[in-house]
Amino acid sequence: MADIAIAPRRAKTEIREASAWDQLKHNRNWLGFWFMVPALAFLIFFLAYPLGLGIWLSFTDTRIGRVGQYVGTENYEWLWDDAIFWLSVFNTLLYTFVASAIKFGIGLYLALLLNENMPFKAMLRALVLIPFIVPTVLSALAFWWIFDSQFSIISWSLKQMGLITENINFLGDTTWARICVIFANIWRGVPFVAITLLAGLQTVQPSLYEAATLDGASRWQMFRFITYPLLTPIIAVVMTFSVLFTFTDFQLIWAMTRGGPVNATHLMATLSYQRAIIAGQLGEGAAISSAMIPFLLAAIMVSWFGLQRRKWQQGENND
Amino acid sequence: MSSVQIRDVRKSFGNFEVLHGVSIPIEDGEFVVLVGPSGCGKSTLLRMLAGLENITSGTISIGDRVVNNVQPKERDIAMVFQNYALYPHMTVADNMGFSLKLRGAKPEEISTGVKRAAEILALTPLLDRYPRQLSGGQRQRVAMGRAIVRDPQVFLFDEPLSNLDAKLRVAMRTEIKELHQRLKTTTVYVTHDQIEAMTMADKIVVMHDGIVEQMGTPLELYDTPANQFVAGFIGSPAMNFLKGKVKSNGVAGFEGPNGVKLPLKTAPANSEGQPAVYGVRPEHFTIADDGAEAEIVVVEPTGSETQVFAKLGGEQIVAVFRERHQFSPGDKVRLKPDPALVHLFDETTGKRLNG
Repeated sequence: MADIAIAPRRAKTEIREASAWDQLKHNRNWLGFWFMVPALAFLIFFLAYPLGLGIWLSFTDTRIGRVGQYVGTENYEWLWDDAIFWLSVFNTLLYTFVASAIKFGIGLYLALLLNENMPFKAMLRALVLIPFIVPTVLSALAFWWIFDSQFSIISWSLKQMGLITENINFLGDTTWARICVIFANIWRGVPFVAITLLAGLQTVQPSLYEAATLDGASRWQMFRFITYPLLTPIIAVVMTFSVLFTFTDFQLIWAMTRGGPVNATHLMATLSYQRAIIAGQLGEGAAISSAMIPFLLAAIMVSWFGLQRRKWQQGENND
Repeated sequence: MSSVQIRDVRKSFGNFEVLHGVSIPIEDGEFVVLVGPSGCGKSTLLRMLAGLENITSGTISIGDRVVNNVQPKERDIAMVFQNYALYPHMTVADNMGFSLKLRGAKPEEISTGVKRAAEILALTPLLDRYPRQLSGGQRQRVAMGRAIVRDPQVFLFDEPLSNLDAKLRVAMRTEIKELHQRLKTTTVYVTHDQIEAMTMADKIVVMHDGIVEQMGTPLELYDTPANQFVAGFIGSPAMNFLKGKVKSNGVAGFEGPNGVKLPLKTAPANSEGQPAVYGVRPEHFTIADDGAEAEIVVVEPTGSETQVFAKLGGEQIVAVFRERHQFSPGDKVRLKPDPALVHLFDETTGKRLNG
């Protein structure tokens, strides 16, 4: 009441209809749109446009130095009959599944280990990250030397111990080459899995383990019934990323084997690069790249379902 | 059900000793409350009883068995945690049946056990919910249900009500007491809230800085506190303490701050002039013509009673009256402590001096 009494009279005369521009200035959606523009532009120029261009190129016979013609699905028809392409698909799947499975196993083991109370815990956690912070190409070069046919330290050590007489032809033998690149990929990928899972483990309340101890759970039962179920959401995320990174791996293979010997380690990414850039067949290379999309979409679908909030995560969290 | 014996138990973390030889006998079916300010070692003692902490020295026995080196799961105890520690990914029924499942019980056995406990705590309609979908009080009941299902020798409660709002806390307090009256399971309950201790306990153990200050029934502790710490800790509003000297020659009395004369029923022998602390509970003041003069500072009516803050001999004291006096700040009143109900403590040791 007092407010009304002391309100200045003339204020009334200044009230006018808000113009469209005034309304727009105060519209939160309009403002929100402008805040999103930079991110949107970034996504369009660096993700959507290259992806669209890649898919378009796969339907043309573009070569380096020559604008291509639309050729329909000709590139894909060629690839369908190309044994090397199918070999690269097989290699990629083998590489992804074997490396991801082992990365998950070792990563989870390391995370559980680092979550325990032990001396030098902080230092050990830092050490685990080392493979992750070394540039891929540098570590690939190091592995290249480690697996060198003449100067391999592994062959040398085994010879010194008298276990073998001849150098092992690590990168020259098809089976050995596959093992070597998978090993290098695992070495590089484990820290990401381990550290992310460790972060997940640390969100589990210690009192849950105490309650489980009193309920009579053994160490294994605690892992099986408490740790693992509580960790599943983060496992879904970390393994999706791990699978995506491994599936699209290029650097490590290119630096170590360039897809050899006899295409035994050619992944779809390296084959695409070889056909498109080295051989200049941009259309065909683009078709190989585009052929990766269904596989990647499948992996993303898995993650999408894995990431969905489980029933127990729903509802208020007021603890 | 079982008795529990805690004998000269000590606990050190590194070189730092937090429990300095604690002995507490707990009888079969007794409801014992460990109470004390934070850091007094009460929770540590409870965790040692549960087997979550090692016992540095001394023994703890449950029933006739010394459990110092017995695994937690073999001790046949159940614990309710402060944050409830419910498994977030399990339904209420699964949470409650988890211990039975680990024990290898048959599914029918588990569901009967869970149903029985759910009925006791009125949890039956919530059995399919997840902890996140429950309110604080419901979670608290699930945590208790999980303990009941196991039908243990001893229940342990670690500040179970401190995460609840005031109203719910009072309701749950009654519920826990009722549950104990029904199940008659030996219970050890830790809290820092003396009201919880007073209302629930058969026996209260007041702890302070890693030792037991006093144990006894709630009213024993209230009526004859063994020392100044217990006197100040038990009771709300807290007991008033006035420093001064004992008068034992002629009529027994007490000379308070600034020469205020206070009544005393009997003085300890040969105590003339001995410096001491005079303790009066707020509810033991009456208005009397022969009382000591005090000036009223603040009056706080709560409806059932009125708390009056006043200056007595320059010291701030609080008095509680059930009668509705018309006081206003600045009024002078004559306050007289009931001589039969006052407490006298040694000034240096804090030990009780009168009987």
